[in-house]
Amino acid sequence: MVEWTDSERAIINSIFSTLDYEEIGRKSLCRCLIVYPWTQRYFGAFGNLYNAETIMANPLIAAHGTKILHGLDRALKNMDDIKNTYAELSLLHSDKLHVDPDNFRLLADCLTVVIAAKMGTGFTVETQVAWQKFLSVVVSALGRQYH
Amino acid sequence: MSLSAKQKATVKDFFGKMATRSDDIGAEALSRLVAVYPQTKSYFAHWKSASPGSAPVRKHGITIMGGVYDAVGKIDDLKAGLLSLSELHAFMLRVDPVNFKLLAHCMLVCMSMVFPEEFTPQVHVAVDKFLAQLALALCEKYR
Repeated sequence: MVEWTDSERAIINSIFSTLDYEEIGRKSLCRCLIVYPWTQRYFGAFGNLYNAETIMANPLIAAHGTKILHGLDRALKNMDDIKNTYAELSLLHSDKLHVDPDNFRLLADCLTVVIAAKMGTGFTVETQVAWQKFLSVVVSALGRQYH
Repeated sequence: MSLSAKQKATVKDFFGKMATRSDDIGAEALSRLVAVYPQTKSYFAHWKSASPGSAPVRKHGITIMGGVYDAVGKIDDLKAGLLSLSELHAFMLRVDPVNFKLLAHCMLVCMSMVFPEEFTPQVHVAVDKFLAQLALALCEKYR
């Protein structure tokens, strides 16, 4: 089981309490599709992903980014058992969506960059450490049920 | 995944903009590396302190960023340009290549913090590719 200090819990909760899900979700997913273009393989049904500009203007991608970010709410509410919280989602990504679990790490990295841009100097070293730990646990849990 | 001419120009342009803050960003990036990925401190056991924000860490971060800027100038042939640095890393320092990716990520986070408007997704991909190419050039002599 993952141990969280009070400080870490406070930091993670603080980030989510002021999070603009639409803005950050959209920006993170767009950035992932642009920086790691091979991730576009999962978005064949999402319309025009021709270049960076069309990706950033694509409303289906924007909506999906928001959806993904809200998916993190589950981890936030169940920080002491993220592994089991995501068991079903992990199976979904493995068996139905067939997503290479390395993509979770790529998206997590993009999310970190976007949040860093938003928070500026507020994204302190301590914040980044806690945030990275949280995302690592989420990424690990999402990959756990692959077989 | 080599850089297009446009991406090389993007890298040069962004690093130009970054120049006045490059020391800060280099120092911060290495601090964050040892904080977020504590296993990286194993390379700095010979220092008085390898904790985030400590003087040796910040100084070394500046040194590393200086090397990155030097590489920007050699962007058209990183392998040739970084030959002696590669030998240093291969035979003396022997830094496991996985750590170059970790440091690159920390650099990108710092760039994003300091230049939220300029560090667009297009700039991000160009710089990420450049740092990956740089790491490859540093690994050239490893085996």
